[in-house]
Amino acid sequence: MSANAPSSRPYGVPTTAYYVRDSGDGTIVSVQGFNLWYDKVQALFDITMDVPRGLVTALIGPSGCGKSTLLRCMNRMNDLIDTVRISGSMQVDDQDIYGKGVDVIGLRKRMGMVFQKPNPFAMSIFDNVVYPLRVDGVGSGRVLEETCERALRGAALWDEVKDRLGESALGLSGGQQQRLCIARAIAADPEVLLMDEPCSALDPIATAKIEELIDELKGHYSIVIVTHNMQQAARVSDNTAFMYLGKLIEYGDTEVMFTNPKLAQTSDYITGRFG
Amino acid sequence: MNADEFNLGQHTVKRYDAELEKIRSKVLAMGGLVAQQLSDAIAAITTGDSSLGEKVMNSDYRINALEVEIDEECGQVLARRQPIASDLRFILSVIKTITDLERMGDEAERIGRMAVQLVQHERPRGEYRELRHLGNMASHMLNSALDAFARTDVEAAVRTREQDQELDREYESIMRQMITLMMEDPRHIPRTLEAMWSARALERIGDRACNICEYVIFLVKGRDIRHTSWEQVQADLRDEE
Repeated sequence: MSANAPSSRPYGVPTTAYYVRDSGDGTIVSVQGFNLWYDKVQALFDITMDVPRGLVTALIGPSGCGKSTLLRCMNRMNDLIDTVRISGSMQVDDQDIYGKGVDVIGLRKRMGMVFQKPNPFAMSIFDNVVYPLRVDGVGSGRVLEETCERALRGAALWDEVKDRLGESALGLSGGQQQRLCIARAIAADPEVLLMDEPCSALDPIATAKIEELIDELKGHYSIVIVTHNMQQAARVSDNTAFMYLGKLIEYGDTEVMFTNPKLAQTSDYITGRFG
Repeated sequence: MNADEFNLGQHTVKRYDAELEKIRSKVLAMGGLVAQQLSDAIAAITTGDSSLGEKVMNSDYRINALEVEIDEECGQVLARRQPIASDLRFILSVIKTITDLERMGDEAERIGRMAVQLVQHERPRGEYRELRHLGNMASHMLNSALDAFARTDVEAAVRTREQDQELDREYESIMRQMITLMMEDPRHIPRTLEAMWSARALERIGDRACNICEYVIFLVKGRDIRHTSWEQVQADLRDEE
């Protein structure tokens, strides 16, 4: 059930409890001794963790603990902020994504991102979904149509929108918009889906649909999800990482963490006994 | 020791603390009632006090009512709070503990009924001395198990669980004596059979006290030690130290 902690621990983190469920399919993202500073403020401290391929990994922790920062590092979205400095390494499929000559656009295609608030573009449903392909210069109408259907089916939205693909995406409900964003992410055929609180703006039914979708997508994609909703982490994830003050405190099999966490800090947080 | 120690207080939501504490005190109150019923039942059967026996028979409903009440409150916490980790283990242990307590109450009631029936028979010379001894052992186990639950004390739970082997040996020895008694004189058979049923009830109470100890270990350590050999449990708990 549990894999051992990644062997190299350059800075040593003795407090981390590490008992990750393995997918049997290797590691998709490997983080080693990763630090991050916003100007002079350090936001991530010596994060070392392996994300198993094909599973759902949840990042939980109080606001400001660095979970979104860590997620954004996985497709180098923090590059957009000038003051960010990093050290340590982060590998996707054994490729150092902070190495020299990395194609950042290519990386972001492999690492689809879904944000807290649905952000459909002000264009038709069809154009939204095939946007990544258009950017890539795909002109063939048939390829676009096939991809659109495949992605919308994958995001469990096809049946609801198939008769109005030409209508504006802004007319969809919040839950539909979020699934549209997932469809857009899937259209680029990524390896990993990074989800930053994808349900926090949705009602419970729409949330359940996204959770069902996560279940269907896993295996084919590896999913890393940041969530404030503890029950959601418990419901959808295979492994959960608890972060606090920029450090990885406990990372392990969700089944164990939500019934018998190893560290008092984790237990206090997930049971609602936090400061 | 496990870092995820059981700790009832200090949720950010104070009402949650209050709800769990209320459940805990009700479990202890229920345990107290069962202990009282058991000690009354033992006194009734060993002293031939049929009115005490009747009182035991007529008091079991209070235990049953508490079981229903606590079950209902646990259901509310599960539905409204979605407890996890130590809170979840607490609710699970309580639900199991009260089932065992309720059954112990039934066993006590059964002994009370035997006490009433035994009055019709001639009393033996020893005045059911063996039953008194077995009863004291079962009572002691129940009280220790409740104590371990109240203080979430793993060591006390482990010690109490150990006592069951002694109780089982005592039970077997009583069985042998009673069989001898029946073989000596068939006229003893009716009342000896009644006494055997009571001994059996006391032995079951010891087993159920063991179950409660196992729930305490699950509650604190997060480890399910049911159906695990005693040697294995000891080895595992040592490893965790």
